Amino acid sequence: MGKYLVISEVRDGELRNVSFENIAAARQIDENSEVVAAVLGEGDLESLGQELIQYGADRAVVVQHENLKNYTSDGYVQAAMAVIEQEDPDGIVMGHTSEGKDLSPRIASKLDSGLISDVTQIEGSGDDVQFVRPIYSGKAFEKKVITNGKTFITIRPNNIAPLEKDDSRSGDVQKVEVDVQNLRTVIKEVIRKASEGVDLSEANIIVAGGRGVKSAEGFDPLYELADALGGAVGASRGAADAGYCDYSLQIGQTGKVVTPDLYIAVGISGAIQHLAGMSNSKVIVAINKDPEANIFNVADYGIVGDLFEVVPALTEEIKALKG
Amino acid sequence: MNIYVLMKKTFDTEEKIQINGGKIDTDGAEFIINPYDEYAIEEAIKVRDEHGGEVTVVTIGDEDSESQLRTALAMGADKAVLINTEDDIEEGDQVTTTRILEAYFEDKEVDLILAGNVAIDEASGQVGPRLAAKLDIPYVTTITSLEIDGDTVKIDKDVEGDVEKVETSLPLLVTCQQGLNEPRYPSLPGIMKAKKKPLEELEIDDLDLDEDDVEAATKTVEVFLPPEKEAGKVLEGETDEQVKELISLLKTEAKVL
Repeated sequence: MGKYLVISEVRDGELRNVSFENIAAARQIDENSEVVAAVLGEGDLESLGQELIQYGADRAVVVQHENLKNYTSDGYVQAAMAVIEQEDPDGIVMGHTSEGKDLSPRIASKLDSGLISDVTQIEGSGDDVQFVRPIYSGKAFEKKVITNGKTFITIRPNNIAPLEKDDSRSGDVQKVEVDVQNLRTVIKEVIRKASEGVDLSEANIIVAGGRGVKSAEGFDPLYELADALGGAVGASRGAADAGYCDYSLQIGQTGKVVTPDLYIAVGISGAIQHLAGMSNSKVIVAINKDPEANIFNVADYGIVGDLFEVVPALTEEIKALKG
Repeated sequence: MNIYVLMKKTFDTEEKIQINGGKIDTDGAEFIINPYDEYAIEEAIKVRDEHGGEVTVVTIGDEDSESQLRTALAMGADKAVLINTEDDIEEGDQVTTTRILEAYFEDKEVDLILAGNVAIDEASGQVGPRLAAKLDIPYVTTITSLEIDGDTVKIDKDVEGDVEKVETSLPLLVTCQQGLNEPRYPSLPGIMKAKKKPLEELEIDDLDLDEDDVEAATKTVEVFLPPEKEAGKVLEGETDEQVKELISLLKTEAKVL
């Protein structure tokens, strides 16, 4: 029986969804393995450990230290390595998030192990497991295997469904004492700029605007639609370059690659670089006044029309639908 | 200040991807400097112009990589290093790349290493942090602002749209995010000068490595294209009819609402 360590992620005192997806991924790699969930942070984390067990982990380990208040690579690597040394797992799963992308290569480097980043699908299991990941921003995919050392992967949020929560599950939550010291980088301040609520990389629904939105104010109806849908707002490079929105919203070959259930492209022409970032979304809706726009070639549903009429009308209908 | 940039060439973002014999077809493809590495080169040049020193651009690649290195020199880098692995390495991964760079940097005095936060082809984003760990220097990924004052470094780091104000010190490795700067185009005099700037070519043997030392820990077993998307349905009628039909389709046919 193998043992898998899943390293969870906490934001504002709560577990991010990808923490539960990690558990499902570990189970998929090896159904019979023991799954140990780690939580690193400040304050009392034991209840989060219990929650991870309810989502399918067998037991949890928590490292609590004041120097883990903010994520830093120096602090978190000390905590993570202490857990890895204690547990000596056969495999490690983390989220391919800002934190996971920053920390996982350093752990892999310390372990001298391979690391398959940004996995969107797991095929087979046990010794025959293969990991699918997008390359060239989703223009192609590759299947990779680990040939040497631990099975270490990061998974893209929102692609591997979490297991159903089972409130009756319980297990052992153990505290691991680590003296986290000598942080060479210090977070002085965090400025929240990302749109409140839904995070773009984890959003199930994205409303994205392009040059056709014409101005920063032009994004307002898109925010209203996204709010009504419980989704997030994104943008094309054209809109970001024109200063209509922050670069952090940019979706495409440079920028974020997203795979929501529903992607609504508003006033986006559909340059190949943008398509690379979103064309693997499950359902795509295009709203554009130019019937020849390239975006219609990848859209499941298209509306040719003025976005400033269509988007507010859509928002009203959604609101009516949701009551 | 000794400033190094880690650079990789990638497919031009305009390129369509085709597969031939189970591999990405590179025949006739245009290659460019990885767009995120351009931010790194630009920032390196700015840091040198402000604080003095020298910018060395390092790449692992093949003889064609010289073209991207010359572009970096034309932008204003001082020296280029090509670690040519064409004859020695069949299939490497991030373990391979890091091991080679670690060997290269072993005898170097480093103040600052800059890299792109990710390459737009394989997009693992591993090599920067892996290398920093091996060199035992701090690193900050996805930076959007860099300010150096003596040994103190003030950085803005992009964290999924939020900004973290980070303080750290040299020596340091950073990976660059969009928004850090606006990379310059090489000027004509820059291009002329670049031809005379030093470009050193090394093989792994020169770094006292052999194939076994740089063995990959992962392997690609298959490459495939996503299913071709068929053009969908363009809805007819007046705006309110189109909107009603769309909602109905999203509910009943696509089942996403």
